[in-house]
Amino acid sequence: MDKKSAKGWLYILPAFLFLGVFLLYPLVDVFIYSFEEGFNFASQSYYGVGSYNYAYVLRDPYFLQAVKNTFLLVAITVPVSTGLALLISLGLSSISRLRELYQTIFFLPYVTNTLAVGLVFMILFKRTPYTDGLANLIIGLFGAEPVDFIDGPYWAKMTVLCLYTVWIVMPFKILILTSALASVNRDYYNAARIDGTPAWRIFTRITVPMISPTIVYLIITGFIGAFKAYSDAVALFGTNLNAAGMNTIVGYVYDMLYGSSGGYPSYASAAAILLFAIVLTITCLNLLISRKHVSYLS
Amino acid sequence: MEHEYSGGLGKKRALRGLTYVLLTVWALVVLFPFYWMLLSSVKSYGAYNAEYIPQLFTLQPTLENYREAFTAVPLARFFANTVLFTLLTTALMLAVTVLAAYAFARLNFRGKNLVFVLFLSLMMIPSELVVITNFVTITELDLRNSFPGLILPSVTSVFYIYLLKENFEQVPEQLYYAAKVDGTSDLKYLFKVMVPICRPTVVTITILKAIECWNSYVWPRLITDDERYFLVSNGIQTIRESGFGRENIPAMMAAVVVISAPLILLFLAFRRMIMEGVSRGGTKG
Repeated sequence: MDKKSAKGWLYILPAFLFLGVFLLYPLVDVFIYSFEEGFNFASQSYYGVGSYNYAYVLRDPYFLQAVKNTFLLVAITVPVSTGLALLISLGLSSISRLRELYQTIFFLPYVTNTLAVGLVFMILFKRTPYTDGLANLIIGLFGAEPVDFIDGPYWAKMTVLCLYTVWIVMPFKILILTSALASVNRDYYNAARIDGTPAWRIFTRITVPMISPTIVYLIITGFIGAFKAYSDAVALFGTNLNAAGMNTIVGYVYDMLYGSSGGYPSYASAAAILLFAIVLTITCLNLLISRKHVSYLS
Repeated sequence: MEHEYSGGLGKKRALRGLTYVLLTVWALVVLFPFYWMLLSSVKSYGAYNAEYIPQLFTLQPTLENYREAFTAVPLARFFANTVLFTLLTTALMLAVTVLAAYAFARLNFRGKNLVFVLFLSLMMIPSELVVITNFVTITELDLRNSFPGLILPSVTSVFYIYLLKENFEQVPEQLYYAAKVDGTSDLKYLFKVMVPICRPTVVTITILKAIECWNSYVWPRLITDDERYFLVSNGIQTIRESGFGRENIPAMMAAVVVISAPLILLFLAFRRMIMEGVSRGGTKG
């Protein structure tokens, strides 16, 4: 190898080594793990090759519960957060006074520690012998019965998880949508205004088409992010998510790997690959559907 | 030159008012948890537990809970660990990223395009897929409960290499040739010319990585079970599950404030840079 090539390789060598050891090799290895049956962590041995791990995971009630929770979380939070973020971004771009202040405040959840602020949500929603909690106090004003959102019925726990997830993902969506709205060419609006186009029509015929690629981007990253939900659930319900019935697919993977229920890297691998397959399928579907509805002229 | 469409000024004013109401409501939703944690952290233990109906303010603030947070659990240690972890990981990431980005942007070597495509395709791999083997690797290397075990798998970010490479390529090539004529070495050129010129991008990826490190939870949880190596996220989880006795919410909230404060201060100081960085390259959605 000539000297020039050697130098180039020397510069990328550190990155290459890190990526090779901690990203490329594991990627291959995870598929191997997922097909090794009866893998024993201590002796590093296994007794067969096949799809048993997948069959096991797909029959495991904890996995099915995790899949149900994750799909519900995705189905609720992605549309809600995207819609709400669009509404707020439209509001933000229509004002000039106090705009910076609002933008700064809205971004705050992005820089917070998910685990730490999750604790605050927990105490706001938790019902203890000492107090019903602030959330119950508020819904009590509307005549509702107090309910424990953290250890109570499934719908209540799911509600808090969705609320917290939306709270966490909003900053990113608002930021991206606000800059997309700002980049729409003013000429379109001015032309529409001269024609006396009503506001609603301006929104559906100009704004939405112009920012549709951004919306699609946010929906896709939203889906991917929500499918990987885990630490928000831990923050609210503690590390034993299976007992709380609030586990997510990612949580199932980690529980299989480590902790009191852990020690099964094969099951964890199979579950992780199933998750990846789900995410990939949904991302492709998203892209296919959006190709019909998105205008990319700008 | 305001042109009013049918509906007129009154309707427009109402819409504007409604906009401010909406934005203010969301601002309150965002701020309220922060207010609540600050408030609860300065209520005394007795006062907090005596409130069957939570009070929205307190007239007798106390710092007792902060003392409790630092003495009853090793919060200072979690904090120091996290600072160390964040500094070392970010520094290593910077070194690796700057070198690789420079090689891709300026140096010519055999296999460059192939390697670059490989790097780009690695960007799509979700961390959930590789964490299993990494856990096994680190365990076998006997690096559990150690800083190398925490740091090494967290170093690389392909996306940052890509971001910096794009920026490096915008630096005029003439500068490089001029430096070469003067006999400047590549390394010196990189750190004396390229990095200073691309400082905004370098700072952006540094801050984004620091935020990521500060908040990392999953990997540290897998790889440490000895409290002496806990980061703040794991620390707060331990506190929640066993520390203080589960009922001492004010002390818990004091710990939450201590853990949240550094990033919020960092954000307020570098607001523009962080928001721009996130809109260019952030994830978490």
